[in-house]
Amino acid sequence: MSLDPVTLLAILGMALASYGCRLTGLLLGGRLALAGRAKAALDAIPPAVLTAVIAPTLLATGWPETLAGAVTILAALRLPLIGVIATGVAAVVVLRMLAA
Amino acid sequence: MSDVPASPASEFRDGLVELLPAMVAAAPIALLYGAVATGKGLSPLEVTLSSALIFAGGAQLAAIELWTVPVPIAALVLSTFLINARYILMSASLAPKVAHLSFGGRLIGFHVLADENWALAERRAASRRITAAYFFGSGAVFWVNWVAWSWAGTVLGPLLGDPRRFGADFAFTAIFIGLVAGFVTTSRAGLVVVASAAAATAAHLALGSPWHVLAGAFAGMAAAVLAWRPDAEGETA
Repeated sequence: MSLDPVTLLAILGMALASYGCRLTGLLLGGRLALAGRAKAALDAIPPAVLTAVIAPTLLATGWPETLAGAVTILAALRLPLIGVIATGVAAVVVLRMLAA
Repeated sequence: MSDVPASPASEFRDGLVELLPAMVAAAPIALLYGAVATGKGLSPLEVTLSSALIFAGGAQLAAIELWTVPVPIAALVLSTFLINARYILMSASLAPKVAHLSFGGRLIGFHVLADENWALAERRAASRRITAAYFFGSGAVFWVNWVAWSWAGTVLGPLLGDPRRFGADFAFTAIFIGLVAGFVTTSRAGLVVVASAAAATAAHLALGSPWHVLAGAFAGMAAAVLAWRPDAEGETA
């Protein structure tokens, strides 16, 4: 059971970022009411960040990943999350075999 | 709704029944997190600790995707903050509905607040008073579920070998696609996703990791601000 100091620092930093958000909301209570453009910007953050994290994998890795991503997006339009994962994994395994 | 005050045991049971589908859905994601994090060089203790202390699926998956040696601490913390910024609003919305519970309890209870149990608590608060047995009970069980399956992933991962061989690395990408699809309910939200994908890919090619996360976040926010119209008030983008 090893605990690397740099890894621990990263984990504690991420834990602080997570709990900081939850605690801020708890302490603000009902006083926070964003509207208009400010609310639109804040609402956009989760999908924008999640997209940004995977975009290079999808668009700048290779054609098997790009094609598997397209298949997965189609699956995401009609399947529950587990089905989306299964479709994506199956697609990338088959396409990578074809590419090899 | 009944006039008889519910017993703590039945309140706890209610919480479990409501939470069960979310627990089942979280298990394979936590398993995968544990397995891939182990593949990136994290020890079982580090993986388990990260799930216990961070307790945020999307942010943890993103962190493992961004994880390199040397560890980019600032990028990981920034990415975690950006993905979890929604908790500020979610917590603020739920806070008045649990204000009658003890403050110490709320300090701990809000640590284990995630998308799923937050949505369940909001729904329940609309029809009845949230009790301590319901709120803390389901929170504790959801936390144990996530931490235990993450640890199980660290055991299972090395047995399965290279995650790439059976496409497990792409499972992250697929999860993210599924999560993003859940946010895209309007054409404006679609614009956010397209702007973020374009900016993130360009930044990744030009500057490398982790700048693509920041570029995508800002491009998406800019798209949302530019596409905002007063008539869309109440519509969630």
